[in-house]
Amino acid sequence: MIGEIDPTIIHLTVFVLAVFVGYHVVWNVTPALHTPLMSVTNAISSIILVGAMLAAGPAETDWGVWLGAAAVVLASINVFGGFLVTQRMLEMFRKKDKKGNA
Amino acid sequence: MSADLIALAYLVAAVFFILALKGLSSPLSARRGNVFGMVGMAIAVGTTLTITENWALILGCIAIGGIIGSIVAQRVQMTAMPELVAFMHSLVGLAAVFIAIAAVNNPVSFGLPEILPTGSKLELFLGTFIGAMTWSGSVIAFLKLSGRMSGAPVVFSGQHMVNLLLALVMIGFGLWFFFSETTNWTAFIAMTAIAFLLGFLIIIPIGGADMPVVISMLNSYSGWAAAGIGFSLGNPMLIIAGSLVGSSGAILSYIMCKAMNRPFLSVILGGFGSDGGSQTVGDGTQKSYRSGSADDAAFLMSNADSVIIVPGYGLAVARAQHAVNELAEVLHQRGVNVRFAIHPVAGRMPGHMNVLLAEAEIPYEQVLEMEEINSDFSNTDVVLVLGANDVVNPAANVPGSPIYGMPILDAHKARTVIVVKRSMAAGYAGLDNDLFYMEKTMMVFGDAKKVVEDMVKAV
Repeated sequence: MIGEIDPTIIHLTVFVLAVFVGYHVVWNVTPALHTPLMSVTNAISSIILVGAMLAAGPAETDWGVWLGAAAVVLASINVFGGFLVTQRMLEMFRKKDKKGNA
Repeated sequence: MSADLIALAYLVAAVFFILALKGLSSPLSARRGNVFGMVGMAIAVGTTLTITENWALILGCIAIGGIIGSIVAQRVQMTAMPELVAFMHSLVGLAAVFIAIAAVNNPVSFGLPEILPTGSKLELFLGTFIGAMTWSGSVIAFLKLSGRMSGAPVVFSGQHMVNLLLALVMIGFGLWFFFSETTNWTAFIAMTAIAFLLGFLIIIPIGGADMPVVISMLNSYSGWAAAGIGFSLGNPMLIIAGSLVGSSGAILSYIMCKAMNRPFLSVILGGFGSDGGSQTVGDGTQKSYRSGSADDAAFLMSNADSVIIVPGYGLAVARAQHAVNELAEVLHQRGVNVRFAIHPVAGRMPGHMNVLLAEAEIPYEQVLEMEEINSDFSNTDVVLVLGANDVVNPAANVPGSPIYGMPILDAHKARTVIVVKRSMAAGYAGLDNDLFYMEKTMMVFGDAKKVVEDMVKAV
């Protein structure tokens, strides 16, 4: 008989597979875009915003909720800052038609 | 929303994050990739809102953070990107620590049992200590990159022993935390404090030239911190997103180390450049070099058929990227084939030069990576080296040299070399550069921006 699988094992499975996906996707990133890669991964790592929201979530406010709220602010700076600065950089890589007037 | 629906929505968000990174394989699809990333984040946040109660508080905090983030993203100079990225890593780290503390305080709000099982405690420990190290390490990296702290490595005797000892003490407190029946705040706080201290101690000995590695490594840490929090909360989306970022940072660190021919471990243990100043290769006698004016250089370039420009950190410091674009354009009008050669570690973070040149509206087709252009140097008339040094040092081909084996741009193979530099001072590796003393080399001294502007006028 096989018992129930510990959720941690399932999470470990997800983790290992995600590392492989990340490895293969990132090697395909063109070196010219390594700085935007870094800023966009920065924005993505602020997915911990989700954890911060859970911490700030309970209606019963104690100090833990305020700590969560602070984490929400920090993570949001990163979400907005990261995606917007990436967008700004990538816009620059678009303006290639300039060559025409040279 | 049911737990299953929430999990499915999170899965969709995770797929969007993968697509966001996939988009970066080409400048053409990159903007769409970034939009995918935003959509993924919006789905994740929207879904999480449905299971929280303090909407006003949460949305208010997101608005505050959003406004700050947007302003920063709008205002930051492209030359300051490394500092911005370091700053943002520190925020992820600190947020991870806050979340972990909140989870220890009130596990139920995260869907964890009232009394934390040992497994959850281990995961919280991992998330906290990686987060804390990311925070303090990134703060030091930020201070070094923005020039608020000297880029020189800070070393003291027994440094590695101290770090090792602290790490062991931290693990000791961690074990005490795991095996305490109730919430052991003393152990948890002591362990967190040591992790903060360790992050600080690990980054101070690493010198300015190794910053591209440090910043990639901290990028990786911030991802692992997110994945660690994902494990504690049992949230696969956080695990996936965190692992993507973690492996991305790890790959970038690897690429940077390889481009400097430095083993990762020796970068991390730090101290490079500390003894470099005295280690100048050469016989000590004054070697002769040829210097010229911007006009001379402009004359050489305008009569050439092909010019390759090698930009380095000096270009970023002098904010000369727009002047360089003008130079490339006037030369182009004269029928000169102008291209740019980028070394992987040029600048202070991976890809920094590409962004600066793109900002100056230099078409990215003219900007080539080392492998793409290195074989072309031998049939190029003029190479213009702008504020770069170690990446064009032919000493890398000489066995016994401290930088032996480092891949370099073969600028010395071109017919004529023009080097724009502030002075004859050595680069970050502390090495003399034979390229400067070659017969075909002309040194032009001065601020990169000023010199390039003079060249534009003279062409």
